[in-house]
Amino acid sequence: MADATQGIKIAWRQKMRKYEVPHNYPGKLIIVEGIDGSGKSTQLKLLQEWLKNQGYHVFFTEWNSSDLVNATIKRGKKKNLLTPITFSILHAIDFSDRLYHLIFPPLKAGMIVLADRYIYTAFARDSVRGVDREWVRDLYGFALKPDIAFYFKVTTDVSIKRILTGRQNLKYYEAGMDMRFSDDPVESFKIFQGKILEEYEKIANEFNLTIIDATKNINSQQEIVRNTVKKILENYNPEPIIK
Amino acid sequence: MDTFKKISIPNIDISDITGKLIVIEGTDGVGRSTQISEIKKWLEVKGYAVTVTGWIRSPFIGKTVQEAKEKPTLNVNTFTLLYLADFADRMEHEIIPALKAGYIVLADRYIYTAIARSMARGLSQEWLEKLYGFALIPDAVFYMRITLKELIPRILNSDNFDEEYWRKTDKMMDFWESGMDMRLGEDFYDSFIHYQKKIIQIFDKLAKQHNFNIVNAGKKYPYVNKVLKEGIAKLVGIQD
Repeated sequence: MADATQGIKIAWRQKMRKYEVPHNYPGKLIIVEGIDGSGKSTQLKLLQEWLKNQGYHVFFTEWNSSDLVNATIKRGKKKNLLTPITFSILHAIDFSDRLYHLIFPPLKAGMIVLADRYIYTAFARDSVRGVDREWVRDLYGFALKPDIAFYFKVTTDVSIKRILTGRQNLKYYEAGMDMRFSDDPVESFKIFQGKILEEYEKIANEFNLTIIDATKNINSQQEIVRNTVKKILENYNPEPIIK
Repeated sequence: MDTFKKISIPNIDISDITGKLIVIEGTDGVGRSTQISEIKKWLEVKGYAVTVTGWIRSPFIGKTVQEAKEKPTLNVNTFTLLYLADFADRMEHEIIPALKAGYIVLADRYIYTAIARSMARGLSQEWLEKLYGFALIPDAVFYMRITLKELIPRILNSDNFDEEYWRKTDKMMDFWESGMDMRLGEDFYDSFIHYQKKIIQIFDKLAKQHNFNIVNAGKKYPYVNKVLKEGIAKLVGIQD
């Protein structure tokens, strides 16, 4: 047993893309991916409630920018200096900071970490913005492999309907207006999200993401999610790392 | 001109570059900045347009790197990426436009410094070189090499060790640049020595792998200046 763990540890250190091999922390990392309006956040919230209800220690984190990076992006936009590459690196900076401060500690403590969006979001978005695919995959080489990565697959017609229910307009970046596909936000959204969807398809295949049909109703999706999670919890014995 | 790992930069064409990218590398206290400003003047007198670029001088990310340095919680990985962002911005908005306009770009240190600093902190060279895969391969790299023994008195005589700096500990030679974050010794001096030793070793390795022109910077200023000028003159095509 000790030897097997050691083996994983060495493999992990030697890998340039660390997310290609399983991690050996006592906790579990479960992440959700999908385009805006795919319903992934709702599904993750429901999963969180279910896990908590069973007495598990759960930690939730989402793909949001820190103040430091937000201020930088704002400066960059104002001076018109923000480019696909700097935009990409700035998000990696935030992810690195979050990984070391919000994801590693609970995983070492044996908790279940739920992440709303993960590195695959960057792979999809940055590639659509023209950044080299392999380079982005190397950029995030320090990331951990999730124990489960759900991909909520949906069409843009469904996602746009969901987003516009409850509010009037699409946000500028959500609609990919910076890409200048179209002056019409709805049209722009469709083109932009359509391209992201294409990238997600490749990513789901490349990284073996667990695909969930997100056009189905909420509870039948949640049932599949919970059944998948149950499987990895069978041999889950949270033992905090103490050294 | 080409990039290291042939990684293309979105929306930027580098096929029509006519300028020259000349890198001067070397550790702190080696006299790099003095040489660079003198060489810039010399080239301008010869009729060449010159621009100088250096680390953390990006107009919108440089400030972020400075701010981040004040956060005690930042780790090596995040720092590495902050430097990468600063470099990417300068590459896209400073270095490439100048080279396209036919300028000579003098880089006061280049990706090798960032790679060496992160390597000294245990990150993989292979990974770091991939991150900087979109960087332009310079026309020449002059490495002002100095031994640790020659470097020590220069550092001890510099601002970093005077009493005013000692009082204002926040102004003490940059934590990252001096390797103080690594806690390699019981005081500033020990830490500095351990760190510089490591950095010099890494640079020697990089020098071989990337064909640096090694300049003996332990010698006096006029000698070093002459060697650098001869190398640059040959590269740019200055005769006399």
